[in-house]
Amino acid sequence: MSTDTKEFLFSGFGGQGILFAGKFIAYKGLTEGKNVSWLPSYGPEMRGGTASCGIIISDGAVGSPIVSKPDILVAMNLPSLDRYEASVKKGGMIFYDSSLIERPLTRTDVKAYAVPATRLAGENGFPTLGNMILVGKILAALGEYNEAGVNAALAKVISAKRADMLELNYKALELGANY
Amino acid sequence: MADKVLMKGNEAIAEAAIIAGCRHYFGYPITPQTEIAAYMAKRLPKIGGVFLQAESEVAAINMVYGVASTGTRVMTSSSSPGISLKSEGLSYLAGADLPSLVVNVQRGGPGLGGIQPSQADYFQATKGGGHGDFHMIVLAPSSVQEMAELTVHGFELADKYRMTSMILADGTMGQMMEPVALDALKVGEPVEKPWATTGTKLERVHNIVNSLSLVPEELEELNFARYERYKVIEENEVMYETYRMEDAEICIAAFGIASRVSRNAVDAAREMGIKVGMIRPITLWPFPKKAFKDSLATCKAYISVELSMGQMIEDVMLATEGKAPVTLCNRVGGMIPSPEQVLESIKETAARIGGNN
Repeated sequence: MSTDTKEFLFSGFGGQGILFAGKFIAYKGLTEGKNVSWLPSYGPEMRGGTASCGIIISDGAVGSPIVSKPDILVAMNLPSLDRYEASVKKGGMIFYDSSLIERPLTRTDVKAYAVPATRLAGENGFPTLGNMILVGKILAALGEYNEAGVNAALAKVISAKRADMLELNYKALELGANY
Repeated sequence: MADKVLMKGNEAIAEAAIIAGCRHYFGYPITPQTEIAAYMAKRLPKIGGVFLQAESEVAAINMVYGVASTGTRVMTSSSSPGISLKSEGLSYLAGADLPSLVVNVQRGGPGLGGIQPSQADYFQATKGGGHGDFHMIVLAPSSVQEMAELTVHGFELADKYRMTSMILADGTMGQMMEPVALDALKVGEPVEKPWATTGTKLERVHNIVNSLSLVPEELEELNFARYERYKVIEENEVMYETYRMEDAEICIAAFGIASRVSRNAVDAAREMGIKVGMIRPITLWPFPKKAFKDSLATCKAYISVELSMGQMIEDVMLATEGKAPVTLCNRVGGMIPSPEQVLESIKETAARIGGNN
């Protein structure tokens, strides 16, 4: 993979908004004129089980849409971290929900970002938006967080009729970016 | 530039079908293509169309036969085991020379198999699809944009040649989201269908749509005529894409998701100085025989990358007439070859053919 390509893997429990968070990242790339792909895991185990999706954002054409060695891993529960920690590229980044995952990372050759996303989301009145707090943190860590950019992408994934949800998602992103 | 939206491959097929004027969908749910039915269930009733969840795949394909008889654009979709159930209907559609669009988002088999991606229905799709002598036009998209484009194209070819077009995709293609420019889709003028059973208004002799023909001499003539049409299709409707083939000594043959994976491997091998390229058939039937034959000018070896135990490889061998070795690089049962696996296969081939690699 060339340097102008970023591969993301979002993982967690079904219901944590894993697929949505991935879709937001993909749309963020799309609104910036990049080539993107988004591929979910699909299977009989979805309800209450693990969910994951791989996103590729690239200046060039996206070849294989399958993310097996992510640059950036998001783990929102322990089974996901256990399963995918070893797959992250050397020098990559791991963002994890430290309110649900109590163990430290075993990898020392990646950058680790522990964010108590689920707890923060609950304390701030949007308990289902821990996913977006993590996304805010990722964008800030990548130096890609800006108000116009995230709002353009939010407008793509949330209907304008749900102005309340737009606002809450934006707040969650802000919270994550400033954490 | 056209406005792009992110859509799943399955949704892109459904929306493209609506854009192509399809207002009739009959199907039965099965993973990994159920989004097509869900999309149609939501959209068609709002635009004066008919969505009907049939009691079985067999019922659905026969409803397609009924609507197709009236000259109306119609489709069904399923995944591997469901397509087997439809195969009787596919043969009847061929026998009655009816246009239709059938989508197969393949999953691992045989039998009920699994629900993860596969390409193991290649033989079934390209060598007939049911009993008797017939072909379907088989289109193999490798991106979500192509899922949409080939759906429109499939309807048009079906009408033009009075036969079934099949979109042969796989679970990955159906489930993945990519940007799609729907307003870039071009829909041609409708084809006249004087054979359709639309009511005579007592002004003409009534049309008969039927696949029964009990006089052998007549049935033979029908078969001959159908294969004359197939010859025209083989001459005019072949589609393929070449990638980095200019000076290639090794040629990858891959379609759909396998071609996406192979593209990474070709790039990696090129960086190592290996002269490798790819021919990606877009029409699996008609197969791009000439493209493969012509590639013999520079290519010394071929690798067929497939999510099957080796099916398209036979067409690659036939097209290259035994003049170069063809090897298989594959995973099956819902597994997908990794770019590293394909790269290994390229490196082994390069070492075998020697030269300046």
